[in-house]
Amino acid sequence: MSIAPTPTNTHLDHLDLLEAHAIYILREVVAECERPVLLFSGGKDSAVLLHLAVKAFWPQLPPFPVMHVDTGHNFDEVLEFRDHTVERLGLRLVVASVQESIDRGRVADPGLLGSRNRLQSVTLLDAIEAHGFDAAFGGARRDEDKARAKERVLSFRDSFGQWDPKAQRPELWNLYQGRVNPGEHLRAFPLSDWTELDVWRYIEREDVELPSIYFAHHRDVVERQGMLLAVSQFVEPRSDEVVTRESVRFRTVGDANLTGAVRSRAATLADIVAEVATATVSERGATRGDDRFSETAMEDRKREGYF
Amino acid sequence: MTTSDLLRLATVGSVDDGKSTLIGRLLVDTRQLFDDQLHAVAEASERRGVGDLDLSFVTDGLRAEREQGITIDVAYRYASTPTRKFIIADCPGHVQYTRNMATGASTADLALVVLNVAHGVKEQTRRHLTIAALLGVRQAVVAINKMDLVNWSREAYTSVADEVETLCRDLGYRRVQTIPISALEGDNVAERRSDCWYDGPSVLQALEAVPGRDEASTSARLPIQWVLRQPGGGRTYAGLLNGSRLRVGDEVTLWPAGVTTRIRGISTPGGSRSEVDPGLSIDLDLADETDAGRGDLIALDPAPTVTKEFRATVCWFADGPLVSGARLRLKHTTKSTRARVSALEGVMDLDHITLSPADRLVTNDIGVVQIQCADFLCVDDYRDNRMTGSFVLIDEVSHATVAAGMIGEGAFGPRPDL
Ligand SMILES: Nc1nc2c(ncn2[C@@H]2O[C@H](COP(=O)(O)OP(=O)(O)O)[C@@H](O)[C@H]2O)c(=O)[nH]1
Repeated sequence: MSIAPTPTNTHLDHLDLLEAHAIYILREVVAECERPVLLFSGGKDSAVLLHLAVKAFWPQLPPFPVMHVDTGHNFDEVLEFRDHTVERLGLRLVVASVQESIDRGRVADPGLLGSRNRLQSVTLLDAIEAHGFDAAFGGARRDEDKARAKERVLSFRDSFGQWDPKAQRPELWNLYQGRVNPGEHLRAFPLSDWTELDVWRYIEREDVELPSIYFAHHRDVVERQGMLLAVSQFVEPRSDEVVTRESVRFRTVGDANLTGAVRSRAATLADIVAEVATATVSERGATRGDDRFSETAMEDRKREGYF
Repeated sequence: MTTSDLLRLATVGSVDDGKSTLIGRLLVDTRQLFDDQLHAVAEASERRGVGDLDLSFVTDGLRAEREQGITIDVAYRYASTPTRKFIIADCPGHVQYTRNMATGASTADLALVVLNVAHGVKEQTRRHLTIAALLGVRQAVVAINKMDLVNWSREAYTSVADEVETLCRDLGYRRVQTIPISALEGDNVAERRSDCWYDGPSVLQALEAVPGRDEASTSARLPIQWVLRQPGGGRTYAGLLNGSRLRVGDEVTLWPAGVTTRIRGISTPGGSRSEVDPGLSIDLDLADETDAGRGDLIALDPAPTVTKEFRATVCWFADGPLVSGARLRLKHTTKSTRARVSALEGVMDLDHITLSPADRLVTNDIGVVQIQCADFLCVDDYRDNRMTGSFVLIDEVSHATVAAGMIGEGAFGPRPDL
């Protein structure tokens, strides 16, 4: 027996299908849950997620607020983008502050140069509890990391906010089942099946607005542990480091003291799509100090309640 | 950009036949893996003393999986070639993780089967091919692996190929492509092995050639997810279109009410359209005022069956048993209702594809039951439409998903006309 080539029976391209599915998930969760929230970092994935949410409920506003888990270690351009986007769309913004968690003694201060990445889980879970959210949309994609590759679209969290990767709910067909008991919640990932390249192609196709730091620009950088870090109040050059001014852009947006830039001249979305299509280093490997510590760094953080 | 179709595949294979190595190889050979990811795999391989590059580490993501060397849950992987994007659900092989395998297979258009040429079809592979068939998978690409260990013996290959082709035909698969490979050495995975008696496609070539998305054989179905209020005061009905195409002007019926009306307008995420293909999230403007809402169905004729009672095949996932009389919550399309398992007709013997009488289903059993619902559902036979033919059962207390169900008399076993 063999398979003869058959013409494809659809003229929808895969971005249309990914978009349709993401919108379907957004609507399903909103219909099944009482108090959803959309986690909005100002990064490209959350910008795409918000764009999809606006489409899913148009002409009404998405029926949920957006929440930023603010580490206090932000790029100025990203904060501006966050505020401008929320205002432009007329959405309600909830800011959950890691600094406040530190001030209230919920977590220890890792210092100016330390990572606040892991602390975000506590701030996030406290905010989810305080606001009574029962579902949180996130922009995570399965192609980002090997632990994420295992996660369901609707990911159940117990009353401690924990993810148990060995006991995930079966998730068949498009039957997303969002029931939880009080105190438990769901994370919902409408972009699960998107790759980095899909996200960029979609941004290009839809002209989704992004923070300026995703595009090539000149900036003072230092090289530290194989990463190019932007000089800022969070990254002060050490005596043995040489500051250079280079054309760079960011592939992901996280803490300013941990997110590396890449050398690039890609100034337009078309340039970026071309660059991403031929990249040889992964998004997180290139730029995220937080994922470099161990083989299971992401799994460990996710178990504790991370995004 | 160019149009490229999407193919969802689920892997099937017994432990150690080389499934993870094959997927790893496919990803490496189609350049889906970045240098740092390859480096991480090499480091992990070295730490565990398993040679330079154990490609199976590409797919096993959880700590427990790496430690125990088994796959517990589905890992999703993405590959694309100039003609197609692939979503690969890499499914676990162990029987206690059948629910995870079913999760991966439920949306698959194709089963990618890996067999060891020296062992043929093992029990686990047979079970999973059967489950995939029950879940509606109708095409398979079968990689007959470890050909290097049998010196590329044509006889060894043919005997396994015959065995698996017969099994697949019995299970109702319509298209089966068998391919001799060495996942370890990369022969016939992406590139064809040169100087070989085998002259068919490589695994990748076969995956590029199979028909695309699985289409339902019913007419259009739009389960209403959400009602959108329009500025002028009207309402539109939003959902994911399935079945067949819809056009402005089509006469549609709202179920379960049975009210007929006409489509006045169709919106898609890309704007208004005069016609739209299944697979898109759309919203419909209807000519007549209705009080339809979430959980109702908009459909073209032939109509779905509107019923409170039906027979179904269920895969039972919970730790405790399912017995006749069990009360559960049922979710079907966008509708939830209370339900009762009114009769248990039997449990399936996956090795012989027969139904034996049983008074309970235990974890990972597949059985045939009668279900009664508190509300009317608008259903199709699962084999005609995976969306309107499927449901899940939910525990009322823990809210866990305890079963997956497929509606229809013959969902059990192969259909004679295949
Ligand atoms: N000789 C040989 N060994 C292979 C081949 N493919 C896989 N293996 C080995 O078989 C073992 C099991 O492979 P793995 O991919 O982990 O199997 P899985 O349990 O099906 O995912 C590993 O030691 C592989 O290196 C092959 O084509 N030839």
